[in-house]
Amino acid sequence: MDAGMIRFLLRRIGQFIITFLAASFLLFAVTEFSPGTVASKILGPYAVSSQVDLLTEKLHLGDPLLVRYLRWLGIVAGVVENPLGDPTIGLGLSDPRGNRYVGNFGYSLMLKEPVVDVVGERIGYTVLLTLLAILVIIPVSLAAGVAAGVNPGRPVDRILSMGAVILTSLPEFVVAVALLLVGVVWLGILPGTSPMTQGGRWPLSLQLVLPVGVLVIASASYVLRIVRASVADTMRKPYVRTALLKGLKRRDIILHHVLRNAMIPPITVILLQINWLLTGVVVVESIFAYPGVGSLLLQAALFGDIYLVQALTLLALIVAVGTQLIGDLCYLALDPKIKLG
Amino acid sequence: MSAPLLVVDNLHIAYRGDKGDVTVVKDFSLTLGSAETYGLVGESGSGKSTAAFALLGYLAEGGRIVSGSIKVNGAEITTLDEEGLRRLRGGDIAMVYQEPASALNPVLTIGRQLVEARLAHRPGSKAQALADAADMLTKVSIGDVQAMLRRYPHQLSGGQAQRVVIAMALLAEPKLLVLDEPTTGLDATVEAGVVDLIGELARKIGMGLLYISHNLALVGRICERVGVMYAGRVVEEGSTRDIFGRPRHPYTQALIACRPAVTEGTASRRLTVIPGQPPAPGIHIEGCAFVPRCPHAVPGRCDQAAAIAVKTLAGNHFVRCARADDDLAIAAVASEAETRPLPGPEVIRIEHLSKAYLPRNAFGLARRVDLAQLPKANDDISLSVRQSEILSVVGESGSGKSTLARILIGLEEASEGRVLLLDQDVARRRAWRRPRSLLRALQMVFQNPDSTLNPSHKVGAIIGRAVKRLGQIQGRQAITARVDELLAQVQLPQSFVGKYPHELSGGQRQRVGIARAFAGEPDIIIADEPVSALDVSVQAAIVNLLLDMQREAGTTFVFISHDLALVRHISDRVVVMFGGRIMEIGRPAEIFAPPYHPYTEALLQAAREGRRKVPAFDPAPPPRTGCRYAGRCPRRIDGLCEIKEPPRQATPDGHVIFCHLSWEQFGAAQTFSEGD
Repeated sequence: MDAGMIRFLLRRIGQFIITFLAASFLLFAVTEFSPGTVASKILGPYAVSSQVDLLTEKLHLGDPLLVRYLRWLGIVAGVVENPLGDPTIGLGLSDPRGNRYVGNFGYSLMLKEPVVDVVGERIGYTVLLTLLAILVIIPVSLAAGVAAGVNPGRPVDRILSMGAVILTSLPEFVVAVALLLVGVVWLGILPGTSPMTQGGRWPLSLQLVLPVGVLVIASASYVLRIVRASVADTMRKPYVRTALLKGLKRRDIILHHVLRNAMIPPITVILLQINWLLTGVVVVESIFAYPGVGSLLLQAALFGDIYLVQALTLLALIVAVGTQLIGDLCYLALDPKIKLG
Repeated sequence: MSAPLLVVDNLHIAYRGDKGDVTVVKDFSLTLGSAETYGLVGESGSGKSTAAFALLGYLAEGGRIVSGSIKVNGAEITTLDEEGLRRLRGGDIAMVYQEPASALNPVLTIGRQLVEARLAHRPGSKAQALADAADMLTKVSIGDVQAMLRRYPHQLSGGQAQRVVIAMALLAEPKLLVLDEPTTGLDATVEAGVVDLIGELARKIGMGLLYISHNLALVGRICERVGVMYAGRVVEEGSTRDIFGRPRHPYTQALIACRPAVTEGTASRRLTVIPGQPPAPGIHIEGCAFVPRCPHAVPGRCDQAAAIAVKTLAGNHFVRCARADDDLAIAAVASEAETRPLPGPEVIRIEHLSKAYLPRNAFGLARRVDLAQLPKANDDISLSVRQSEILSVVGESGSGKSTLARILIGLEEASEGRVLLLDQDVARRRAWRRPRSLLRALQMVFQNPDSTLNPSHKVGAIIGRAVKRLGQIQGRQAITARVDELLAQVQLPQSFVGKYPHELSGGQRQRVGIARAFAGEPDIIIADEPVSALDVSVQAAIVNLLLDMQREAGTTFVFISHDLALVRHISDRVVVMFGGRIMEIGRPAEIFAPPYHPYTEALLQAAREGRRKVPAFDPAPPPRTGCRYAGRCPRRIDGLCEIKEPPRQATPDGHVIFCHLSWEQFGAAQTFSEGD
C-alpha cells in the first residue's frame, strides 16, 4: 500500500466521521422532535402531566437541542451516565453493565431491555441472512447478466431478460407466498416459518432456505438487469470494436475488454443491495418470523421506541456509509481514471 | 502496379430500417494494388465508412452485404466464418479509427493493448511482443516509450492516442491499412503530423493505404488516387492530379470550390455554397442523386438511370455524370459587393486577464496558493474589440482560446485582471450574477449543436424561450411572430417549429442554434468553432448565414476557431494564442503574410502544406517563464527566450507581436518552400 493509498483512506475515513456526525445529529433531531415530547413517549399515552414534567426535568429534556445531542453522544461514547437507568425515576429500567459504557444506546421502551442486548441478539441473524443471500445473488446475477448482455437480442438474452423483468415486478410477498406454497404446502420439505430456534423439527439450514430464496429472487433479477444493460452497452463501445477488428478471439474480448468496463456501473447497485439486505428486509422477516433487524426497526418505529429506533437507524447509517467506502475502493481498483489525490 | 491486393466488385450494402432495407452503399467497386494509397472522400452519410468497415467484414448492427464481392489477396471475404474473419482482421487488413481516444480501452494500459494486437496474429512470448510494441511506438515518434507503455488512454493527448492506434494497427504487419477519418478532432499542427507519419510509414513498409475522409485537400496530400462518394455511390475516381486539376463531376468541383484557400484572400467574405443537402438515406432518386443540388443538371437526361453509368475519361479517370463530355464551367462564386459596417466604439475590453484553476482540498474548497506558481489557461491577456468587428481567436487546443470564451460568456471567473463588457467589469461575475441586459447583449453559438439543444423540446419552444427570456417579448402571438421571423432569417421553413432537434440534420440544428443566439438581438456573439462539426458543404452555408446576420445587425463577433483558412476569410482582426498567451494580433493581411510570429508561421505552414516542420510533435507543457512558445520555437534564442518575457512590438496600425526577435527578422527565415 503506497502513501497515496493511505492518504486516500485517511481522507475517506475523515469524511466518514463527518458524514456520520452530521447524519446522527439530524437523526437525533428528528427522533427527539417527533410529535409528542420525549418524556411522554417514554411514559406512554396514559401518563399524568405532572409525571411528564418530572421526567422532563430529570432527563434535562428542556435543554437546547445541541446540548442534548452532545449529552447523547457522551452517553453513547460511555463518557456520561445515562439518567434513564436511575432507579429513582421509577421506570424499572436497569442494565447489568451499569449506566456508563461504550455503546450505551439506552433502553428499548418496548422490550424494557438495554438496546445493545436487543440489537445484538438480532444482528447476527441478519448478517447470516445477508451473507447467504449475497453469496447467491452476486454469482447468479453476474453470470446470467453477462450471458444475456454479450448476446443481445438472441434467445438466451430474451429468456433471461424477460424472466428478470417478471421476477423484479413481483412483490416480495407474492414470491414468498409462491415459495411457501411449493416448498411447504405442496412438497412439504421446508418449514413455513424461520424463527431460527434450535431443537425443533426443522434444522436451522432448512429454516434459511425460503427467506434466502425470496431475497435472491427479488434482488438477483434486478442486479441481473443492471449487469445485462451495462454489458450490452459496453459491447457497443468503440474500443470493443477495436478489439474485434484487431483480430482478438471473442472469448478474450469479453473477458479482457468487456467485463472490467461493464462491472463499473453495477457496483453501486450491488452495494445498495447489501445495504438493503442488512437493514431493510422487513417483508421477508415478517412473513417468515425471522428474527432480523429489519422487522425489529418496523416494530420499534410503530411503538415509538425512540432509543431503539435511534440505534437501528444509526446502524443503517454506518452500513450505508461503509458500503459507499467499499464502493469507492472498488471503483479505484477497476477504473484507472479515478486518481488518488 | 503489382497484383491487386484488394478487389471490391459491385458491392451493395443495406441496413434494416423502419420502412424496409435502406441501401447505403451502391455499386461500389475498387481495385487497390499493394503499396498503393487511395483516398475515399465524401460527406457524412455518403456511405464511405460503411464501405471501409465492410472490407474488414464488419458491419454495424442491422447491416448486410446485399450483393457483390470483396477479395483480399484473391480470397473472398464476404463468405468467411468467424475464425476466418478474425485472421483477416488486424492481419491482412488493419484499421485506424476516428476518435482515437474512444477506440482505446479505458481500463487497460497502452502496453497491454499493443501486446494483445501483436500476439493475436504473430505467436511469440509476451516479452518479445512488448519489445515489438516499444519499437513500434518509437516508429510512430512517441518520445518516452517505456512510460507510454504503462499509461492509460485518458492520460494521452488526442495526437498521442492516434499514434498509439496507428502503432496498434501496424503491429500485426498488415498489407492494407484502412483509416477512417483519422485526424478528425485533432489540431491542425497535430493533424499535419499524423498525416505525414501515415504517408511515411506506408511508403517505408510498402503497405496499401485506404484513407477515408470528408476533407478532400487532406486526402490529396498523401493519396495517389482519389474516389469521391456521394449518396452511396462513387461519382468520380481518378489520380489525385486529375481530381484536383480536372474535376469533372459537378459535386467534386463544388467540394473543391467551397473551401476557402489559406493562401489567398478574396474580396468577398461569402463562401461558395453547394445549395441544399445530401439526400437522406433510403430516398430513391432516379438517375444522378446530385441532380437536386447540381447547377448543370439537365432534366430528361440527368434524371435517367443511364446518367449514372460509368464514363471513362483519360487514364484511370472515371466519372458518373451524364454531362461528363460537356465542358462544364465551374459554378461562379456569387460574390456581390458587400458593404461592411464600420467598427464602432469599444464593446469588449480585456486587461491583464489571467485564469488559473486553483487546486481544491478534500472538501472541494479552493486552496490558498500563490497564483504565480500555477499553470494558467489564460495568462496576462489584454485585448479590445470594437462594435461590429469580427475578431477571430486561433490556436491549437490548450492555447486557452476556449477558456477566454468561457470567461466572456460567464461560465468561468477570471483569476486576475479586468473584463469590461459594454463598460461593466464582469471578470469575476459569472452569468447568473450578471444583469439581464448583459446576458441579452452577449450570446453564444456552440460548436456542437447536437448537445446544446434540449432533445425533448421542439424547435419552436427552444427559440420561443430565448425570445421570451432575452427578447423581452411578451404575449404568445408576439413570440410566435418573432420565432417565425428568426426561422426565416436562418433560412429554415416555418414548419420546423414543430420538429424535435433529432429530426434535423447537423446544419439545420446549427441554424436553430444561431436563431436562438440572435433571439434577443445581442450586441456581441461568441462563436466557439461553430462549423467544425459540420460537413464541408454545410460549413459554407452556415458561415455565410452568420456573416449576413452579423452584417445586417452590426453584431460584434468573437470567432473561436482552429480553421485558419476560414479565419482569414471572414475576420477583421485575428488573435493568435499559444499556451494561454497572445502571440500575435493583427488584421488578416498582417497575420497571414510575413512579418509574423514564429508560431503563426508554424501554424500557417501546417495548414498550408500539412508538412511537419513544427519541431515538437508531442508538445510538453509550455514553460512558466519567458515565452510560452520557446520550447517548440525553431528560432529560439537560447538563454533569452525561455527566461525573459518577450517584449510587445507593435506597428502604428495595430499589428502586435510578442517576441524577442526584431521586426526585421520575423518570417525572414523561410523554413519551407512554397512548392514543396
